[in-house]
Amino acid sequence: MNLFRRLTILVPYLWLLALFLLPFLIVFRISLSEPVLAMPPYAPQFDIGEGWAALRESLSQLSFANYVWLTEDALYRNAYFSSLRIALVSTFLTLLIGFPLAYGMARASEGLRPILLMLVILPFWTSFLIRVYAWIGILKPEGLLNQFLMSFGLIGEPLTILNTDTAVYIGIVYSYLPFMVLPIYATLEKMDYSLIEAAQDLGCTALGAFWKVTARLALPGVLAGCLLVFIPAVGEFVIPDLLGGSDTLMIGKTLWTEFFNNRDWPVASAVAIILLILLVVPIVLFQNAQARAQESGS
Amino acid sequence: MSGRWTWFNVSSVVLGFAFLYIPIILLVIYSFNESRLVTVWAGFSTRWYVEMFNNQGLMDAAWVTIRVALVSATVATVLGTLAALALVRYTRFTGRTLFTGMVYAPLVMPEVITGLSLLLLFVSINMDRGFWTVTLAHITFSLCFVAVVVQSRLVSFDMSLEEAAQDLGCTPFEAFWKVTLPVIFPAVLSGWMLAFTLSLDDLVIASFTSGPGATTLPMKIYSQVRLGVTPEINAVCTILIGLVAIGVITATLVTKQRVVADARARQADPA
Repeated sequence: MNLFRRLTILVPYLWLLALFLLPFLIVFRISLSEPVLAMPPYAPQFDIGEGWAALRESLSQLSFANYVWLTEDALYRNAYFSSLRIALVSTFLTLLIGFPLAYGMARASEGLRPILLMLVILPFWTSFLIRVYAWIGILKPEGLLNQFLMSFGLIGEPLTILNTDTAVYIGIVYSYLPFMVLPIYATLEKMDYSLIEAAQDLGCTALGAFWKVTARLALPGVLAGCLLVFIPAVGEFVIPDLLGGSDTLMIGKTLWTEFFNNRDWPVASAVAIILLILLVVPIVLFQNAQARAQESGS
Repeated sequence: MSGRWTWFNVSSVVLGFAFLYIPIILLVIYSFNESRLVTVWAGFSTRWYVEMFNNQGLMDAAWVTIRVALVSATVATVLGTLAALALVRYTRFTGRTLFTGMVYAPLVMPEVITGLSLLLLFVSINMDRGFWTVTLAHITFSLCFVAVVVQSRLVSFDMSLEEAAQDLGCTPFEAFWKVTLPVIFPAVLSGWMLAFTLSLDDLVIASFTSGPGATTLPMKIYSQVRLGVTPEINAVCTILIGLVAIGVITATLVTKQRVVADARARQADPA
């Protein structure tokens, strides 16, 4: 192998080992430590210079106490469950809005499709923070949505939406809609619509043909879309923090508070490790789905 | 059988796009509002733009953000392109599975975990937090996005072109530089743009890895948003949205022109 080839592999490999894998090992290590009032605020510390005996001594101080505490404390348990629940509900709502949009786009004329596609991708390039911020002005008690609804006499008094779980659902659906639409659109665009006619000729109703043909063929796209929404939604921080209320529990927010407000680094690390374990199953599913899509694509 | 627009299709597309765009449009409209109250319209004015440019803290943050984004996008593009080459070209090397995993994992990793883990790394090696720690963090997560974008283009690249260049006396690096890179350049460029916008947008990872004197624009916006909605922030957001929209639309038009030019060239030369 010549030098260029070696470097092609080695440089990104070493970079990722040092700045992706190594940090994880450190997180795992610190999650087994105890918080102390010092900088850095955890003990034991490792110092290779102190020799092997000192290292073994500090290894023996590591404990799973943080994990035991996290599973026993109701606050953390509720935060995990509520993250999963909010992510699941939002994923379902995103599918409900995203599928018709993707379907409509896939059936548009060929000249129109690239423009529609760009319109879906464009918000994805705009800052996440800005898009979440835009909803605050709309959902506030004296905000634009309430003004609009009240001026038509649809509601008598302002609805409280901001700082509730509903606002978090709206925020997640809005922010992640492109992730749902794009993979579904990709499968629907390739679909042969004469199959639907064939199904109808054979006696299916329009709805039956949709369910038995379109929905089946779009399934890989739907699955990819759902995972692309669900996985980041579980660990979401910005949306529950800005749109949710004080009783909206999400694990990303808990980790942030534990780290920045309580300065408890070991517990924050343990929260991160458990969040990662929760996400491993959907991430592996996602990788398999991608690998399969690549195989069938090439 | 495309091009069949039923009422259902039209209305789902129209409603979908209304949902996607109305919040952004309202945000832009209210940045031109005279009143300090964001939700009450009191006439057209550009005073918030003037105030924004006079806000030194905001301008400093914008400058930090642009520098971080330029450096991190450029380094991430180099590393990401190398990673894509390694993934597509070399199907067998020690630890390839681990390498593939490390390239894909950051794409789905919650930002809070990436941020926390990098911060703990910087603390444990006693690195002062600031401009360089944010930049290193941004390089790490955006190089993976660049790798995926470039990889999808490399898969369809005809390897025999590079082999021919090597047969004619090029070294592997020359063959890559003179043959492969010009062909995959549009993908490399869109990888750079993606890395640039990811860095520009990032709040969570920057909050963890930044230190005194290196407050980025999203961090500044976030701390002000927590205090309430202000028209000044609407003005900042409008400018950012405008820049991104111009960038994306230009990029789309340029690639479209290239595709058309390529098609013409192929027609002119059927061999």
